Amino acid sequence: MLQIKNLHAKIGDKEILKGINLEVKAGEIHAIMGPNGSGKSTLAGVLTGREFIEVTQGEIIYEGKNLLELSPEERAREGVFLSFQYPVEIPGVSMVNFMKTAVNEMRKHKGLPAMPAGDFLKLMREKQQFVEMEGKLTGRSVNEGFSGGEKKKNEIFQMAMLNPKLSILDETDSGLDIDALRIVATGVNKLKTAENATVVITHYQRLLDYIVPDIIHVLYDGRIVKTAGKELALELEEKGYDWIKKESAEL
Amino acid sequence: MENEQSNILNEVTGGEYKYGFFSDVATDFIPKGLSEEVVRIISAKKEEPEFMLEFRLKAFRHWQTMKMPEWAHLIVPKINYQDIIFYAAPRQQAKLNSLDEVDPELKATFDQLGIPLDEQKHLAGVAVDAVIDSVSIKTTFKEALSEQGIIFCSMSEAVKEHPDLVKKYIGSVVPYTDNYFATLNSAVFSDGSFCYIPKGVRCPMELSTYFRINAANTGQFERTLLIADDNAYVSYLEGCTAPMRDENQLHAAVVELVALEGAEIKYSTVQNWYPGDKNGKGGIFNFVTKRGICKGNNSKISWTQVETGSAITWKYPSCILRGDNSYGEFYSVAVTNNHQQADTGTKMIHIGKNTRSRIVSKGISAGKSNNSYRGLVKVLKNAENARNHSQCDSLLLGSSCGAHTFPYLEVDNQSAIVEHEATTSKIGEDQIFYCNQRGISTEDAVGLIVNGYAREVLNQLPMEFAVEAQKLLQISLEGSVG
Repeated sequence: MLQIKNLHAKIGDKEILKGINLEVKAGEIHAIMGPNGSGKSTLAGVLTGREFIEVTQGEIIYEGKNLLELSPEERAREGVFLSFQYPVEIPGVSMVNFMKTAVNEMRKHKGLPAMPAGDFLKLMREKQQFVEMEGKLTGRSVNEGFSGGEKKKNEIFQMAMLNPKLSILDETDSGLDIDALRIVATGVNKLKTAENATVVITHYQRLLDYIVPDIIHVLYDGRIVKTAGKELALELEEKGYDWIKKESAEL
Repeated sequence: MENEQSNILNEVTGGEYKYGFFSDVATDFIPKGLSEEVVRIISAKKEEPEFMLEFRLKAFRHWQTMKMPEWAHLIVPKINYQDIIFYAAPRQQAKLNSLDEVDPELKATFDQLGIPLDEQKHLAGVAVDAVIDSVSIKTTFKEALSEQGIIFCSMSEAVKEHPDLVKKYIGSVVPYTDNYFATLNSAVFSDGSFCYIPKGVRCPMELSTYFRINAANTGQFERTLLIADDNAYVSYLEGCTAPMRDENQLHAAVVELVALEGAEIKYSTVQNWYPGDKNGKGGIFNFVTKRGICKGNNSKISWTQVETGSAITWKYPSCILRGDNSYGEFYSVAVTNNHQQADTGTKMIHIGKNTRSRIVSKGISAGKSNNSYRGLVKVLKNAENARNHSQCDSLLLGSSCGAHTFPYLEVDNQSAIVEHEATTSKIGEDQIFYCNQRGISTEDAVGLIVNGYAREVLNQLPMEFAVEAQKLLQISLEGSVG
């Protein structure tokens, strides 16, 4: 589904990603872990097309297409979804209106007509159950006045609504209490199918107790320095990132 | 990156003005220029009674002693009043008995604007007075309204057929000496709408006037007078457009509202005069005086405006809260793009006891435009327990535009509570990206964000027009953020 080859990227004059190689297949869950400043969020930004990140080298193939040639909205319509680390507030824009616009853009892209209002509201009600937010979204503006937990649940709700092929969860566990974490993780797990894939970006191992990855990568200083099975998370939790740093320095 | 942003900005602000066409109708003009003679000709053409001519002449003589005001945050090129045609009327029969007698070209014009003059085809529950250049073409639903004693007609007709009402109220809210442009209007006003709602009557439909400037080199000077008698209610809406031309055209209107005891007037404007091209060439100069008086106790006047057009807008719909417990409201969205300039706001004059007012102003600036809010809240000595709440927000799109807020407070009564809140924000790149990431294009994202920002004001508009206004906001800003 996704192949990243020798990806280099910079922000301003600073090179952040220094040759990333990664392959994600349908049906897989990958975790990308790493200390702060290692380039995790930058990688998410490159995948979704943030303008301020400049790709200097390498390529990204997504579903046979050159992802870097697509605009952010085209990537989204092709099924790339980002659960934001810091979901943005849009005052005065109702969740209903926002989601309706998004859902219909996706449908238009697939050559489908706009969804009738009744069906849409039904879908909204249904998907809110995924994150135990029944009735909590209608009538509210996008993320405005949401608690930290609500914002993250809202991201997963949108993921459920848009049914993406590739979901990137950027630090979805940050700022969540244990109940919210469980709800969010359960939502993500329920959305898992053999056709889609998930990339979980996280600093801590905690989230991976709930969303169990097939493969874990450790990102350090703009490179993937270690790739292993889920047991790697526990090792990192125990020993921290220092040994990785040391290992990579020795290389 | 900067470049890319400004490219997107150019795209979004590049929206086309949809109403820029010109209709080729036979038009009667009077010669260019302004003089006492011209004032007399206009009055004669309209077959006005003596009092009206007197009013005009007094105004004209006064105007000659006045100077154009310069306090607004606007750069106004010199206006040559001798180069303007003060009266232009599509040639047609003196009196229309049925719609069939309206020039088909005019009918087509209004059809193209989405304002069918045919009552059957019209939006349910909206009566329209259609004004082109200096005259009213057709007022719909006049008969249906008159069954309830409601008078809704053109100003010219009112002057002839209801001279007592006109004489009593014209100039009573905006005196002919009021200000440079109001005085000019008082001298040369050509047409406009007149409306009287009798005691205890709730007007069963939205009343609206559609103003269209068509002829070249002309100015439009319409005058509107609305009177709601005791415990009456009316909701009124005006819309306006003009062809695209390279030269500037002057529009100097006066609107007077009178709310008697327990009456309520809701006045909404969707202003979409031609704003000029991307480089600031052409466009309407919109210098308008709008004022309402809550004359009786427990009366209410509510102004709602969506201002997207005009090269220059100078406009302060105001409320004089004279009756005890009267209430004034002002809801405004003003959008400026490219080289547009707007200096707009309101005045709330608290005279009666327990008077309240609320101001919600949302400015949106894009391109190289300048957008100012200017508001006065004045509480007089005897206005016990006056309350005002003002909220003035500015939204900036891009980095070449300006937003300014000039709030003035004059409070002469200790018991008054006056609150003012102001914010300035930019449409965040983060907000746009968030929308992009959900598959929404930048242009649609700007539309969503701007409409969200203006929602509190748009909610005040009658349903039929709220949707139109939303689209209009989006079109006005088409192409404007990165």
